[in-house]
Amino acid sequence: METAAVQTKKGLWSGGRSPFNVSYGKLMMWYFLLSDSFTFGAFLISYGTIRFSSNYWVDHNYVFNSFPGIHANAPLAFVSLMTFILIFSSVTMVLAVHEGHKMNKRGVEKWLMFTILGGLAFLSCQAVEWTHLLTTSHPVLVNGQIEYWNTTTSHNPWGPRVLFEGGLINTPGPVAFGGYFFGITGFHGFHVSVGVILLIITLINTKRGVFHNRGHYEMVEKIGLYWHFVDLVWVFVFLCFYLI
Amino acid sequence: MTNEEALQHQTQVAHGAAVAAHVAHHKQSFITKYIFSQDHKIISRQFLITGIIWAVIGGFFSVLFRMQLGFPDQTFPWLEDIFGKWAEGGRISQDLYYTLVTMHGTILVFFVLTAGLSGTFSNFLIPLQVGARDMASPFVNMLSYWFFFAASVVMFSSLFVSTGGSSVGWTFYPPLSALGDAAEGAKTGMDLWLISIFLFIVSQLLGGLNYVVTIINMRTKGMFMTRLPLTIWSFMFTAILGILTFPVLLSAVVLLMFDRHLGTSFFLSDIVIQGKILPNEGGSPILFQHLFWFLGHPEVYIVALPAMGITSEVVSTNSRKPIFGYMAMVGSFFAISTLSMIVWAHHMFVSGMNPFLGSVFTLFTLLIAVPSAIKVFNWLTTLWRGNIIFTPAMLFSIGFVSLFISGGLTGIWLGNAAIDMHIHDTYFNIAHFHLVMGVASMFGMFAGVYHWFPKMFGRFMNKTLGYIHFWITIVCAYLIFWPMHYEGIAGMPRRYYDYSNWESFKMFEGLNTFIGYVVIIVFATQFLFIFNFFYSIYKGRKMTESNKNPWKATTLEWTTPPLPGHGNWEGEIPEVHRWAYDYSKGDRDFIPQTEPIGEDEGEH
Repeated sequence: METAAVQTKKGLWSGGRSPFNVSYGKLMMWYFLLSDSFTFGAFLISYGTIRFSSNYWVDHNYVFNSFPGIHANAPLAFVSLMTFILIFSSVTMVLAVHEGHKMNKRGVEKWLMFTILGGLAFLSCQAVEWTHLLTTSHPVLVNGQIEYWNTTTSHNPWGPRVLFEGGLINTPGPVAFGGYFFGITGFHGFHVSVGVILLIITLINTKRGVFHNRGHYEMVEKIGLYWHFVDLVWVFVFLCFYLI
Repeated sequence: MTNEEALQHQTQVAHGAAVAAHVAHHKQSFITKYIFSQDHKIISRQFLITGIIWAVIGGFFSVLFRMQLGFPDQTFPWLEDIFGKWAEGGRISQDLYYTLVTMHGTILVFFVLTAGLSGTFSNFLIPLQVGARDMASPFVNMLSYWFFFAASVVMFSSLFVSTGGSSVGWTFYPPLSALGDAAEGAKTGMDLWLISIFLFIVSQLLGGLNYVVTIINMRTKGMFMTRLPLTIWSFMFTAILGILTFPVLLSAVVLLMFDRHLGTSFFLSDIVIQGKILPNEGGSPILFQHLFWFLGHPEVYIVALPAMGITSEVVSTNSRKPIFGYMAMVGSFFAISTLSMIVWAHHMFVSGMNPFLGSVFTLFTLLIAVPSAIKVFNWLTTLWRGNIIFTPAMLFSIGFVSLFISGGLTGIWLGNAAIDMHIHDTYFNIAHFHLVMGVASMFGMFAGVYHWFPKMFGRFMNKTLGYIHFWITIVCAYLIFWPMHYEGIAGMPRRYYDYSNWESFKMFEGLNTFIGYVVIIVFATQFLFIFNFFYSIYKGRKMTESNKNPWKATTLEWTTPPLPGHGNWEGEIPEVHRWAYDYSKGDRDFIPQTEPIGEDEGEH
């Protein structure tokens, strides 16, 4: 068409090209992440609303103080390990994207593999932590009687401690804790699971040479965006449930 | 990905072989062409026809509950034939009444005016008007429709469970919606309702991502953002609002599901139901209202903005004048969208929210009047001394402006916390929102259908039926909703099953009967439109190649063949050289966007 030559105004927004110089897929992923951040934002703001309207909240150093295999008081040690694993899987994801830019199929495969392992390790840790909370019972003083409660969506044994028959004992804590904890970490875990599935599909396609024949590894980049986002969300979840 | 690549990729998916750009002549099976189609034009028709089916159902429900309100003493045995135990003795039961009200709201707001309006016209017009072969991702676009379809199936089946469909109101406030023991309609029907809305949100997200990305990335050469028709701007802001606010509703839906089935207490606290004390403690129903209205308020603009865009386009074309204040229109879209996200709590003035917050939300709410007024004045000044052609689409657009003014003015009343406390949850409120976003957006949708029907189906709808449809509909719309203002000011609350027990509302008995008759007339009239629509698809006057721009419009969709195939343009996509509103310029009636600017001509 002869018109391309006579176009007088040239610019990023003049049409016929992407103004941000990105493919539609990447742009879509960015908008999706924007949208997803509102979902998590709504969850965390709800959590904040209820938490700060409660008279008492749980002491996280006390709730999250176990480490599988070790019978010692290790506050936040296990969750720190989980966080480290997840952040590290972001590093391996970056390396996979980097190898993709260099069109190094082997490198992409290797680092995708590590990322998948990191994701699976994180999910396993989460399963262990959930199981521990849901199945370990603690003495709670309810109406002058001692009962044994697990940490669930409807029971919270981590209330303020009182003196009872010469020792300190927990009273029932705000039930919202379990709901928000399992709800939000569960929703995050669901995102990680989806990410792992996407990574596995990407790994299979890499092995089959799909991206190599296509001439670019953009799919790896797009999954990478999602993966980093899920990590970033975890930083906020970690902050809100374990640190403050 | 460029347009050509997108199409290539798409057709490869569809046929397993690379084909050239003009795919109109390629054979496709019925299933890939009409059912699991990835062509945005087919998907838009799917949205439209599904929307029409829903509109008939939702409209019929309103006829039923207006019959209960209009003729409370009479019995209609045929109701028992249809509804069985839900209408014993030919009178709608209370449970059914609330199900009808809930479903009327849900269906009209979400399934008709969100999916049916923005789903239809965003899909149809975005690629055609920005000059693209298809959406950025035709596959995701197809998924968007099928998630909507799945949501529709679940919602429809929820009407048939033994405890009835959801009856907790379309706003589904807990604790009513969270406790199955609270009402028949809060049992299985409510679960299905939540699942359906969940699927609907996914559908909106997939659609919205596509709309925004297509507008940003896929404009043809020369299509600056400031040369876009206003329809496209409106679809873009609609999609952005959906992307930002539907996820918050998703959070609310998920948390409510947990409250219903996992024993959590997000929205529940200190409740006694049927003499039983519930263990739930510490939750907040007001928190739910915040989450809900964070979507719920922008939702009314998700419904209204596409109608505004369509109106701008139709009014300008049929006044043969450039739209007045193009940049002001774009700016007011932006202002409305931004403000709409920070006014949600004006639905909650009497909810127990801190009253000091009310003043902030009152301020922002009233500020929306400014961009809204800019739009109204721009439409009026576009009409002013125009060479007006009264096509059915034009009549419905003018009708939209009229309804938007009538309904919008009462918004200024309701936006004030002090006045709202008096008329909250009365018929005044019903009158307000039905005029400003309900009927008005319906009119925008009708305008769009009448205007773009030839482009969609290659044939024309019957004009005379269109005129009859318009006049009866607008007269009836005012006859139904105008009197409700008086009922509301007199304090008549909404959502009541029967007003005859209240001495204070007895005076409205005749008025309610009158409204009942008008509702039946206007509902029956819509079948004129439906007949016209389906008849014209097969038997309407054909749009020929020589008459392929029947409204003499400047925009790109009319440069395609009368019935464009997948890919829209045969040969290359045209380049754009001017804005979309060069009407009555110099001695020319209109100049298409594809025509280069002449030597002695300035850009608008």
